Amino acid sequence: MRCDILLAGVGGQGLLSVAAVIGHAALSLGLHLRQCEVHGMAQRGGIVQSHIRYGDAPLYSDLVREGTADLILSLEPMECLRYLPFLRPEGVVVTSSVPVRNVPDYPDLALVLAAVRQIPHHRIVDAAALASEAGSPQAANFAVLGAATPHLGLPVNALAASLDAAFASKDTRIREANARAFRLGVAAACDAAAPSLG
Amino acid sequence: METRLLLGDEALAQGALDAGLSGAYAYPGTPSTEITEYIRRSPEARERRVVGSWATNEKTALEAALGMSYAGRRAMASMKHVGLNVAADPFINAALAGANGGLLVNVADDPSMHSSQNEQDSRLYTEIALVPCVEPANQQEAYDAAAYALELSERHSIPVLVRLVTRLAHSRAPVTLGPSRGQNPLSASTDRTRYILLPVHARRSYDRLLEKQEEMVRESETSPFNVLSLGSDRSVGVLACGIAHNYLLEVTDGRPAMPVLKVGQYPLPIRLVKRLAGECRSLLVLEEGYPYVESRLAGVMGQTLPIRGRLSGALPRAGELSPRLVAEALGLQATRGLPASPVPVPRPPALCPGCPHGDTCRALVDALALVRGTGRVFSDIGCYTLGALPPYSAIDTCVEMGASITMAKGAADAGLHPAVALLGDSTFAHSGMTGLLDCVNESSAVTVVLVDNATVAMTGGQASAATGRIEAICLGLGVAPEHLRVIEPLPARHAENVAVLAEEIAYPGPSVIIARRECLQTLKRRRGASGQGGAV
Ligand SMILES: Cc1ncc(C[n+]2csc(CCOP(=O)(O)OP(=O)(O)O)c2C)c(N)n1
Ligand code: SF4
Repeated sequence: MRCDILLAGVGGQGLLSVAAVIGHAALSLGLHLRQCEVHGMAQRGGIVQSHIRYGDAPLYSDLVREGTADLILSLEPMECLRYLPFLRPEGVVVTSSVPVRNVPDYPDLALVLAAVRQIPHHRIVDAAALASEAGSPQAANFAVLGAATPHLGLPVNALAASLDAAFASKDTRIREANARAFRLGVAAACDAAAPSLG
Repeated sequence: METRLLLGDEALAQGALDAGLSGAYAYPGTPSTEITEYIRRSPEARERRVVGSWATNEKTALEAALGMSYAGRRAMASMKHVGLNVAADPFINAALAGANGGLLVNVADDPSMHSSQNEQDSRLYTEIALVPCVEPANQQEAYDAAAYALELSERHSIPVLVRLVTRLAHSRAPVTLGPSRGQNPLSASTDRTRYILLPVHARRSYDRLLEKQEEMVRESETSPFNVLSLGSDRSVGVLACGIAHNYLLEVTDGRPAMPVLKVGQYPLPIRLVKRLAGECRSLLVLEEGYPYVESRLAGVMGQTLPIRGRLSGALPRAGELSPRLVAEALGLQATRGLPASPVPVPRPPALCPGCPHGDTCRALVDALALVRGTGRVFSDIGCYTLGALPPYSAIDTCVEMGASITMAKGAADAGLHPAVALLGDSTFAHSGMTGLLDCVNESSAVTVVLVDNATVAMTGGQASAATGRIEAICLGLGVAPEHLRVIEPLPARHAENVAVLAEEIAYPGPSVIIARRECLQTLKRRRGASGQGGAV
């Protein structure tokens, strides 16, 4: 088994927390893991991305090779479109539908979502709706993670445990909201028969 | 044996702690910052009373590490690549004085300039200083490199440069920790001839350093970081330096068919290179940064063997490597993904909404408009450099840390008025104070706008060396009290701030306006805002 993922988002969305949750879940199952992050300048409201790779055979590169990613998990709809050359033709895009419009020339959202719908295998998640249903708008990142679970090759319970452990030092309200958002994401993914119906 | 999930930076730090490190000194800079942050957070470091210190700049950091090494203990200084320019003087001269306790200089290069103004290659500095360099290929090697390089440093009494690059510094992988060793006892050097670099001593030190060079090559030839493996495809032999070796393994499923020399320690292991060359009909050099190895080989064996790499055009001259580029250079089949989308627009980093620097930039632009003329703003490096972008467009230059006050002075000397310098509190401490003294000494007509947000915000909010002492420093350097002004950059105070700036810009001598308001990010952290959803 091997999974190569590109995580995409904007500074402040909690992308690196999602990476940490996936990474710890993979490690807890005894898999090999490599995860590459963007730190520093790029974080200030700019683009944030992370490459995360795991599998049962040794991995060498910290970066995903172009044309080989199994999944692009994106917390913002325009951001997933930046990395399409990394996605293998059968790969899947799971993205939040909620735009972060912090640039004046942000394209028309309809155009952005239309471009996402052209990707052969995609799932668009209304992460804001799921997060507010979960009781915490900040937990949108974990709603998207939940919606991506069918493509991660990791048991949902391992991810849920890793999510809980990551916030072990935080107050129970936060942990519960994160867990609810994650479960709502998982449920949203089950509702749709195939990702391209999203 | 314990396994931890660590960044390359953190693995190096943990390796040094386990190797009996007594002191880590640094000035922050992406992608090296997490080395020292890790030490400062580490409960083990606290327990063992390891010094983990943010210095005023890279030069003071390296000198403190040199002093700790002089006292017999193991020490290291960490910095980003351009930091080594600032610390070049102690770096090159420490090679002559040598190390007593093991001395590491950890330098993180930033090919592709993810967060830097250039992509200089620190390996070239080791040729000037004549010191060895260890370049780990992965996180485990970064951990192992610390103990290995400290030992090498003590064995030959020479500082060792450990080179990291962004992708290793900022990538995580599981790292297996080794046994932990105690710290060296205090045993200060008694060798005055070694540490007093008067010409008469220095000549002898230099001779000794030159004599060590052959030993350094022999060390490289038997180093666990330099490994020659043979292969059946003799059309090409690959020299894969540092993390380039990972990309080679990635695109060949871990089993390259050709002979490969994995390079992780310099000076180059000449005998291994010759053996590789004897195994194949051409050479391909894979290296991050400059075509450092390639250009040296081209000089030695370029006549007899075709050599390809960044110089020959087989790989791009600039920017970091990737699995795709390495596969292309090897002539492997491309793996094609979906076509690139034309929809996304760039999303440049910006000041946080409500950032004090935004208010200062707006006030400065309006104040300069008031006085009209050919004014320029010589900026420095920090969050405020983002004032270069719209809607502010407030600055005209940003070259390297410290080049605000001093460039403004030169321009003022040339007759340019107004000449405004814009710099942060940490940059002022790092390399602004000396330039301000130059301005005071010559009564230069320079207006210094010192944006004091009480932190090193750009690199994640480390403690800033001059916090709480900026007025005292300026007055001590001789700035006239009536031309040392303090403003609070807030939208509500815009008009009065513009007036203060305009007054001081009109003054034909040195003045300092401190624009003081705390960085919103450190403020949030200090108030313990709950980290819902956000960072773990
Ligand atoms: C020689 C050198 N060392 C370190 C860095 C990394 N770096 C960039 S700006 C900066 C300091 C910024 O602090 P300050 O001047 O207080 O401005 P702030 O970001 O807080 O606004 C640092 C450490 C660098 N670019 N060059
Ligand atoms: S981190 Fe602080 S100084 Fe930097 S832009 Fe944000 S508020 Fe301003």
